[in-house]
Amino acid sequence: MSKNRQDFLVINDMVTNNSKVLDVGCDDGSLLKMLQESKNVDARGIEISAEGVNTCLAKGLSAVQGDANLDLEMYPENSFDFVILSKTLQSMIEPKKTLEELLRIGKNAIVSIPNFAHWKVRLYLLLHGRMPVTPSLPDTWYNTENIHLCTINDFINLCEELEIQIIKSVVLDKKGNLLNFANRIKSVNLIGEQGIFLLKRK
Amino acid sequence: MTKKITFDNDNFTLSSGKVLFPLEIAYETFGKLNKDKTNAIFICHALTGEQYVSEINPITKKPGWWDILVGVKKPIDTSKYFVICSNVIGGCMGSTGPKSINPKTGQPYGLSFPVITIHDMVKSQVMLLDYLKIDKLLSVIGGSMGGMQVLEWMSSFPERIKSAIPIATAANHSSQNIAFHEVGRQAIMADPNWHDGKYFEYEIVPEKGLSVARMTAHITYLSEVALQNKFGRNLQDRSIKTFSFDADFQVESYLRYQGMNFVKRFDANAYLYLTRAMDYFDLISENDGMLANAFNDLNASICIISFSGDWLFPTSESRKIVHALNAKGVDVSFIDIASNKGHDAFLMDEPDMFITIDGFLKAQFDK
Repeated sequence: MSKNRQDFLVINDMVTNNSKVLDVGCDDGSLLKMLQESKNVDARGIEISAEGVNTCLAKGLSAVQGDANLDLEMYPENSFDFVILSKTLQSMIEPKKTLEELLRIGKNAIVSIPNFAHWKVRLYLLLHGRMPVTPSLPDTWYNTENIHLCTINDFINLCEELEIQIIKSVVLDKKGNLLNFANRIKSVNLIGEQGIFLLKRK
Repeated sequence: MTKKITFDNDNFTLSSGKVLFPLEIAYETFGKLNKDKTNAIFICHALTGEQYVSEINPITKKPGWWDILVGVKKPIDTSKYFVICSNVIGGCMGSTGPKSINPKTGQPYGLSFPVITIHDMVKSQVMLLDYLKIDKLLSVIGGSMGGMQVLEWMSSFPERIKSAIPIATAANHSSQNIAFHEVGRQAIMADPNWHDGKYFEYEIVPEKGLSVARMTAHITYLSEVALQNKFGRNLQDRSIKTFSFDADFQVESYLRYQGMNFVKRFDANAYLYLTRAMDYFDLISENDGMLANAFNDLNASICIISFSGDWLFPTSESRKIVHALNAKGVDVSFIDIASNKGHDAFLMDEPDMFITIDGFLKAQFDK
C-alpha cells in the first residue's frame, strides 16, 4: 500500500497543475482522484473492469470501459497533456506500439515499469534456473499477465530507438525510496524495483 | 393524474416542414423541484413506453415501466431529484399523435398525421421544459428510442443539459433494425382491419397485425440465451404435442400473450409513426458522416451504458458514440454491462446499471 502511494506521489510530482490527464488502466481511480485534488487536473480514465468504472463514476471521475490494447486509437492526437500508464506496459500485447500511442494522444507520457533486472529477480533465475517469482512479480510464468517484462535498461533503449525523450527518470527501491539515478544506471538497474519515466516526443 | 399542456400559441414546425397545431403534451412529474432548479431529470421513454415511468401506472395498475429504477430511495431518487417524463409526440398516451383529433376535420388524424422525427419529439420536450421554467436539466436519461432522444438533446440542445445518460442506443438505426421495423409495419398494414389507417371509422382495431408486429419486435428485445433459459422447448399446459397449430410450446404462448396485451394499450398507427421516427434518426448522415460534429457545442458530462448481450443495439454502436465524443474532448464515461438478457436488459433488474446511474447522478448533482 505504502509502495503504491510512493509510486503515485512521484507521478503526482510530474503532472502540472490544471492539465488534462488520461490514466490508462485507472483501476478504482485512486491516482486520478489524487491528481484531481492536488493538481486540479481534468481527469479521465480507461479501465477494463465494469467494477472499476463504477467506482470511478461514484468518485465523480470520468472513465471509459475499454482495453488499452485496442482503444487508445480512438483518441485524437494531442488530446491530453499527460497520458499515464502505470505498471501496465509489460502486460500489453504490443508494448512498442502502445508507447507510441501514448505519445500520439498525449503531449507527455508517464510510464512506470517493474524492473526485471532487480537483483532478486536475477538471483532467483541464477539459483533456481526457473522463471523468477518475487514479491513484486508474484505470478508464475504460465498465469502472469506480464507477457513483456523488461528492465530499466531495456526501457531506456526502447525510448532511444523510438526517439522518445526521457525528461525525468525516478527509480524506487523495494521500500519505495528514491534512488539517485545520475550516472549510476548500472547500479540502479540492479537495486531498483520500479522505474517511473516522464516522456516526450523528440 | 397525468398533466397536460396544450401549446396553441405558436405553430410547431416539424422536421418535415409540416406544422402541428395545436400541440398537446401529456406528462408526469415525480418529486419536487428544488429552489435553485438544479435537480431536474428528464426521462425519455422507449418505443412502447409512456409517461408512467414510476409508481403505479393508472391504466395497467402495474408498477411504472422503470419503477425498479425511479422512485423514493431508488437510484433515480425522487426524494432528491425532480423527475419529468412526457409521452412522445406521435405516441398514443395523451400527447398529440395519429389518434388525436385533427381540429380541421373533427376526425382522428390517422395517416394524415405528419411524419415526426426524434428531433421533433425532443423539440417538444424542450417546450415543456420552458413551460416548467427549468433552464438546465441535471440529466436527461433514456434507453433505446429514449436513448436516441438523449443523443438528440446532446446534439441539438446541449446548453440545456448538465449531464446525459444514453442507454442501449445508437446514433442511427442499422439496416437490420429498419428491416425488423418494416416487418412490424407490414404486419399492421396487411391486417384487413387496418383500413389504410382509418380503422377508427369502423370502430375496430387491427389487432392481429399489431399483435404480430409486437411479437416480432419482442423477439428482438430478448436474446437466444434468454429465450432458451426461460422456455427451452417446454410445452404449454400439455404433456404431448397436439399435431396442430395450437400454441403447443411455451414460447409461442408467451409471444401470443405479449401480442394480445400490447394491442389493448397501444395504437397501431402510433406504432407506424414511432418506428418510422427511429428509422429516420441518423446523427451520422446529418453531420456529413462525422458523428463527432453532432457534438460540437456539447459541454456536459456523458455516461453511456450498453449491455453485452444486446444484439439490437450492440455495444459497438455505443462505442461509436464514445469514440465521437472523445474526438471532441467531451467528458464521457462508458460502461458495457455484462448481461445475457438482450436489449430489454435496460428495463430489468441489472444491479450494475443501478450502481452506474446512482453513482454518476450523485457525482453530477454534487458537482
